[in-house]
Formats: sequence, structure tokens, C-alpha cells
Amino acid sequence: MSAVSSPQRRRRYGRTATRTAILLAIGGYFLVPLFAMLEFSTRGKGGTRTPDAWLAIADDPNLVEAILNTLGIAALTVLGMLLLLVPTMAWVMLRVPRMRRVVEFLCVLPLAIPAIVLVVGIAPVYRVLNGLFGGSILTLAFVDVILVLPFAYRAIDGGLRSVDVVTLSDAARSLGASWPRVMGQIIVPNIRGGILSASVLAVALVLGEFTISSLLSYDTLQVVINLLGKRNAFTSVAVSLAALIFGFVLLYVIARFAPGSQVRGRAAEEGE
Amino acid sequence: MSDPLTPTAGGAAAGRTGVAVQMVDMHRSYGPVHALDGLSIEIAPGELVALLGPSGCGKTTALRALAGLDELDSGRILVDGRDMTSVPANRRDMGMVFQAYSLFPNMTARDNVAYGLRLRGMDARARQQRADEMLELVGLVGQAGRYPHQMSGGQQQRVALARALAIRPQVLLLDEPLSALDAKVRRQLREEIRRIQIMVGITALFVTHDQEEALAVGDRVGVMSAGRLEQIAPPAELYDRPRTRFVAEFVGLTNRLAGEARDGGAEVLGTRVPLLTGSATSGRVTALVRPESVRLTLEPGADAHVVAVSFLGAMCRVQVALASGGLVVAQMAAADAAGLAPGVAVRVTVLPAPVFAVTDSPG
Repeated sequence: MSAVSSPQRRRRYGRTATRTAILLAIGGYFLVPLFAMLEFSTRGKGGTRTPDAWLAIADDPNLVEAILNTLGIAALTVLGMLLLLVPTMAWVMLRVPRMRRVVEFLCVLPLAIPAIVLVVGIAPVYRVLNGLFGGSILTLAFVDVILVLPFAYRAIDGGLRSVDVVTLSDAARSLGASWPRVMGQIIVPNIRGGILSASVLAVALVLGEFTISSLLSYDTLQVVINLLGKRNAFTSVAVSLAALIFGFVLLYVIARFAPGSQVRGRAAEEGE
Repeated sequence: MSDPLTPTAGGAAAGRTGVAVQMVDMHRSYGPVHALDGLSIEIAPGELVALLGPSGCGKTTALRALAGLDELDSGRILVDGRDMTSVPANRRDMGMVFQAYSLFPNMTARDNVAYGLRLRGMDARARQQRADEMLELVGLVGQAGRYPHQMSGGQQQRVALARALAIRPQVLLLDEPLSALDAKVRRQLREEIRRIQIMVGITALFVTHDQEEALAVGDRVGVMSAGRLEQIAPPAELYDRPRTRFVAEFVGLTNRLAGEARDGGAEVLGTRVPLLTGSATSGRVTALVRPESVRLTLEPGADAHVVAVSFLGAMCRVQVALASGGLVVAQMAAADAAGLAPGVAVRVTVLPAPVFAVTDSPG
């Protein structure tokens, strides 16, 4: 409409151009390495393109086993992290808020401890775990839960702070809800965003974790990719790219189709 | 127990259906702070008691103790004769409306109202019907499918009230439910809360720091200070016959006027006024006089003069400077304030209504 004056229009175009430039710069920063990986993993002889490296993923039984094991560890890590952190943090916030700093300190601690120190400390524990679980690779979930604590704590803490957990739980209690119901029907549904973020971070960490798995001699995805890279760099890069794409897809699916986003979407549609 | 949501014929006066509540010698300390210091209150069936007091006086602690959300160090809570002191909050059968918006964000208004019924195992159809009835009671029948973030603050508190009443609680607890709302909505909603409480006949405890609100909604108003109950009485009695200095100064506006007390009365601005029980009874005193007990007469040459006139609608509030240097506030019908303007000379007298007197110097 002509009511928009040209200085205003120039400012608007300027803002749009700045946003586009920032988006392109950030997009390029992320996408160029991915395209480079794709380009490398599809190189054939004489400058041709071939999907051989990608098809080889399914033909390598060690790789398939490592992928399945890593996904299993990721699932157990998410489960363990949520079972440990969500009730603990909610309880601390509701009943013993003075302990918040202590819990936060404990959760952030793994960031300050080098992986090798963690392994040295955890090794005796793993001797016991191996006795109990027969040396299963899935026991790596125990140490991965510890590694993911600093990131998951922040995500869940953000979720808990985004709603008035104390008042909501008081309201639910006064209506007759037991503590497990308060947790399951009131707190968890209202901090879904934080829980989903923590879960995505946990999966991303497990998919990328190499040092501790390698030091504890477990063949997770990253360890196998590393070994594979020594004999077939193309398949190694293809698997790495596939893992990254899997992480992105998982993030998108969770953000797009999580129950919380559906409620918000429906609410927005029903609004004025 | 009869259904507290069945409207009673004639409201509170006829056939109340609520239960009696007794809070006996309640003590609660947080470190060195005594939030409750021997508080005892009895609430009659179907009565609404408003607990009034400054921030930190313990009124919310008392309400939360009654709800079971805070534990007592000592004391007892009896509801309908049954000792509830150790009963957990989720088994106390009390409906509560909170100061902060407390609707569950993941549920619609209807689901919020039906939540307590769901916990009680009511089937889906019956609880939806009941939730809709309750929303109708609070005037929100068209908002059942809305989420809390789609409603105004006033609407959310109405839904919270409907949710608290839906479970047919024995006692309704209101913890400053109007403090987050703007003035107009506050007035509307407090009248609505009172209307519904009388219609339902439920026993209620209403906590507020707003004295106008407390005096407007309460059958009786309890004034608290430092964890203790200073006085509990019907609003008019509390206002006209305060029993302690704190109540006299906290409830309503007061002028602090110098006087001479003797023989159960005091001489204040040339008028002999009777003294209320608990007052200082002899010597120089400070009388706490309500603005509406101050009379102003236009008198050229008088030694007091008007400083300011505030128009309050039907009423006017007039500030007058005395010859002694003190200020007096008078309140009168707007029609009686004709001719009063800054600088006008007036004679100041007080009505011979009972006043509370203390022994310190006038402010």
C-alpha cells in the first residue's frame, strides 16, 4: 500500500537482507561440510558417482551390529536419564529447593572431569556390572547417563521453570492427586519441551560418543566407524553422514510431532 | 453429607449445608520466624471468613495448613468434627483457588474442571456434564474448549473456582484469588465469588491483604498480625469497634487526634467521645478517629482551613490543617462538601461515636 513510506520500506528490505545473509552464512557453515561428506562418500572411479559406499553399510555385519547396539544404548540412556532426573529435579523444586544448587553442581560435574579420569573411576564399577550383566555393551548406558547429565539438567530445568510447578502441583494435590499422579499427569505433560530437548541431546551424545566406549573396549558406532575409516574411508564417511542425518531427522520428528506441539497447534487454531 | 452444590433456599441465612471448621492453637515456625503463633479460628457451617493482614502475617500459612499443603509444628485442625491435622492434602476434600494462575496449561477449561472428578473415578460422560454445569455456574459455558493461555486472568480464576467447586469439597479455600486482576474485574469477581458461595452454602476461608475486599466478602473478618489473630468479627463491628490498636490502625483510615481520657470517655476536639474496650483510659491519649466521624462546618475566622478536597464519586475526602499544625481527614457525602475548597476556614468537631485511644503522642 502506498501508506508505507520509502524509508520504512528501505528499512524493511535492509532487515530482510540482513536476516537472509545470516541464514545463508549459518546454513553454509552447517551444510558445506555435509555436502563435502556426501560428495566424498559417492565418489567413483574416473570422476563418476557411485552409491557403493552407502550400500556397503548394510553389508557390513559389524557396522549393522554397532548401529543397533548404539541405538539400544541411546534408548536406555534416554530412559535412565529421564527416570533419574525428572523426578529428582521436580522433587527438589517442590520439596527441598535449598538442595537445588547441590543437585546442579553434581549434574554439571561430568563436564569438568576428563574422559580418561572418568574411565579410571568407573572401571571398578564396570567390573561389577560385567558380573551382573555379562559384559553387555548396553551397560554403556550407565556411563552415558552420567555424561549427558550436564546437558539434560539444563534442558529439564528450563522446562520446570517455564511453568509454575509448585502452584500446579499444589492445585493437583488439593483436587485429590497423589504424588505419582502429580508427576505423571501434571508435571511431565507440562515440561514436555524440556524432556524432549534432554532426550534429543542424550541421543546426539550417544551417537557421537567415542572416547569412553573405546577406552572401555566396546564397539559402538563411533568406534566401528573409526576402525572402518582405516580400511574404507568412503563407507566410514557415509556412515558418519547417515548418523548425522538420523540425528537431524529425529530432532525434526520430535519437534514436529511431539504431543506438546499438537496441543499447542490445536490451541492456536481454536484461538481468536 | 448433603450435596454442597445444591443451592440452598434463601442462601446463607436459610439452611446452610457447609461443615464447621476449627483451627486450634496452630503453631508454625520457619527458622526464627513464627508464621503462626497460637492461631485459633472457628468457622461456622456455610460461613465465609476473610483473613486479613499485612504481608508475612501468617494468613496464607494458616490457609495452606488447613489445605494440608503446609505442616504444623503443633495445633489441630478439625473439619466437621473430624481431626484432619495429619491427613494429607489430597485426602482433605478441600477445593482451593490460588493467587497465581493455577490452571493446568495442557488441559482445556473443561478438562481442568473435570480433573478432580477424574481422580474420583467418575465416568467420562458424567464428569463432562458436571464440568459444563460448573462452567455455567461461573458464566463460562462458551469457553469450555479453550486452553488457559487463550483466556483472560479473570476467566482463568473463574475456571479455577469452578474446578475447586466441582469436586463438592467440604471447604472452599481462596488464597488471594483476585490479587492478580485489575480493579474492575476484582470487584466483579469478588461479588460473584460471594454470590456462588452463598448459593452453594459452602464453608469458605478467603485470604486477602485488601481490606476492602475482606470487608466486602466476609461474614466475619479475622485480622492477623505476626501469626496471631488480633480480632475476628463481622465487618461492621470490626470497623466500628476495633478491639486492639493494630486493628484500629490497620482497618480503614484513622485520624490520630490528641485527647484527654477519664471516666470511660475522652475529650477530643471539644467533643466527649466514649472509649472502646482495650483503650487507654486516663491521661493524655491519642484517639483514633474515623474520617466519617469528623464534622466540618464553614465558619469564617475559624482557626482550621481546608488543604485539599478529593472527589471519590458519591463521597468526598477533605484534608484540613488544624491550628496546632496537625492534619485531619474528613469524609462526607459529596453533596455535603459544597463550599469546601482549599483555603476555606472551617470548624472541626468529631461525632460522639466510640473511638479507640492509645497512649502515645499524636502523629
